[in-house]
Amino acid sequence: MAAIEVTGLSVRYGDLEAVRDVSFTAAAGEVTAVLGPNGAGKTSTIEVCEGFRRATAGTVRVLGLDPSTQQRLLSERMGVMLQEGGVYPGARVLDTVRHYCALYGKGADPIEITRRVGLAERTTSTWRRLSGGERQRLSLALALASRPEVAFLDEPTAGVDVHGRDTIRSIVRGLADEGCAVVLATHELDEAERLADRVVIFDRGEVVADGTLAELRSGHDEIRFRSAPELDVLALAADLGMVASRVGTDEFVIDAPSTPRVMALLSGWLADHDLPLTDLRAGAQRLEDVFRRLVSEEGR
Amino acid sequence: MSRLGSQVRTEVGLVVRNGEQLLLTLVIPVLLLTFFSLVDVLPTGGLEAVEFLTPGILALAVMSTSMVSLGIATGFERSYHVLKRLGATPLGRPRLVAAKTLAVACVEVLQFVVLIGVAALLGWSPDASGWWSALAAVVLGTLAFAGIGLTLAGRLRGEINLAAQNGLYLVLLLGGGLVISADEFPSALRSVARPLPSTALADVMRDALGSPVAHVGTSWLVLAAWAVVAPIVAAALFRWD
Repeated sequence: MAAIEVTGLSVRYGDLEAVRDVSFTAAAGEVTAVLGPNGAGKTSTIEVCEGFRRATAGTVRVLGLDPSTQQRLLSERMGVMLQEGGVYPGARVLDTVRHYCALYGKGADPIEITRRVGLAERTTSTWRRLSGGERQRLSLALALASRPEVAFLDEPTAGVDVHGRDTIRSIVRGLADEGCAVVLATHELDEAERLADRVVIFDRGEVVADGTLAELRSGHDEIRFRSAPELDVLALAADLGMVASRVGTDEFVIDAPSTPRVMALLSGWLADHDLPLTDLRAGAQRLEDVFRRLVSEEGR
Repeated sequence: MSRLGSQVRTEVGLVVRNGEQLLLTLVIPVLLLTFFSLVDVLPTGGLEAVEFLTPGILALAVMSTSMVSLGIATGFERSYHVLKRLGATPLGRPRLVAAKTLAVACVEVLQFVVLIGVAALLGWSPDASGWWSALAAVVLGTLAFAGIGLTLAGRLRGEINLAAQNGLYLVLLLGGGLVISADEFPSALRSVARPLPSTALADVMRDALGSPVAHVGTSWLVLAAWAVVAPIVAAALFRWD
């Protein structure tokens, strides 16, 4: 059974329908990334799952519970990481973690959690004295205090340095490996690509894609390369008879499978026009390209 | 430790470690009590300065803790999404409200121990028979001021709430019958001051602790009305995030 089941969910704020007939599931032991531009409906959807917000229509079950009427029961089994804040500004790190461990009453060890998120050296610092990355890690620590069976993590690596990101990724992966259903809301496609077993993409209040990374990428091979900025991409597309586009000053993409024939055509065309070929990469589309393909221009 | 116990400990710890809140809840009342007891500049209606001042300063302590301190802290907790995050724990709203109530009570006990100790050193010896009335007044005053503080905290952004709470504190400190009896005000100002919860609480406290007030019955009614209405308004208007 799925840990989270969302069926036909709609959320309306006055005249605005923020979420429209959304359905998806998230399984225990998996990381499900919820992606989408600002205003796409992902936060509203997650807040309904957390019990913070009521659905206008549809049903939501988290660990078999209805969050709108059984939030107290759910809260004992749920870990939550808000996008920002959530901690008393004047409270010290270890005191805060200890307090949340007491609130959940699951026997989690606050010192161990503090060490696990990499804040062992900052236990007596107050929240307001922490860096942005340290605040994110403290927020994650509070989600761990519940020994969660389901965890909703909102932008967990936003503003976190490289070392901190590694720590957070390792913890998120560890949670899933322990059987927790992790739902990760993020703007960072690279983060989702590294962590997610499953991806749900929102756009304008609707789910426009739902599947594993492999499923979303399948059938969408590409050849990505760098060349000189003056490369005439329209001429390239016309001469090769394929869809080609410029994605950066000197970076180009051809929507085609990386067969030897296509590669030969490309390298021949570049040689004919005396243009360099650098950083060639071929294969399945990156999540970023899948996202660009599925999400409307206005949404991005 | 129980959920409620942990929340109370956290709330009290935050107040005790917060210098601005200590200034408001303890330092200013102690300074006002000591200074105006030793420097005879206030009209005291023929009483010793410390006898007149102490009940009003105790009322000020109630207002500073249950309105300003609670209101500012709760406002920032709203702004920083602390209340929202706590809403995702098994604590629950009833226990959160209970914890805040108990934390206010703990701080008020601390304030009263210090202020009554200072007043005693300055020569105050109140009529012991009035303590139960004073306690009832403190409970009603706490409800009234908490209602006002939480109404502001539940609607205004953190910084605006901070300014509003401090501004209201200053207005009630000077014009709310706490340090200077409203009976000493010009008639127009007196008619504004009478219905204020601070004036009512100060009058009732003075009457209970040995300085009879002629219109104390009206003051009890005013205080009781604020104690009922203000929390209802706060509950109706409060936004958790």
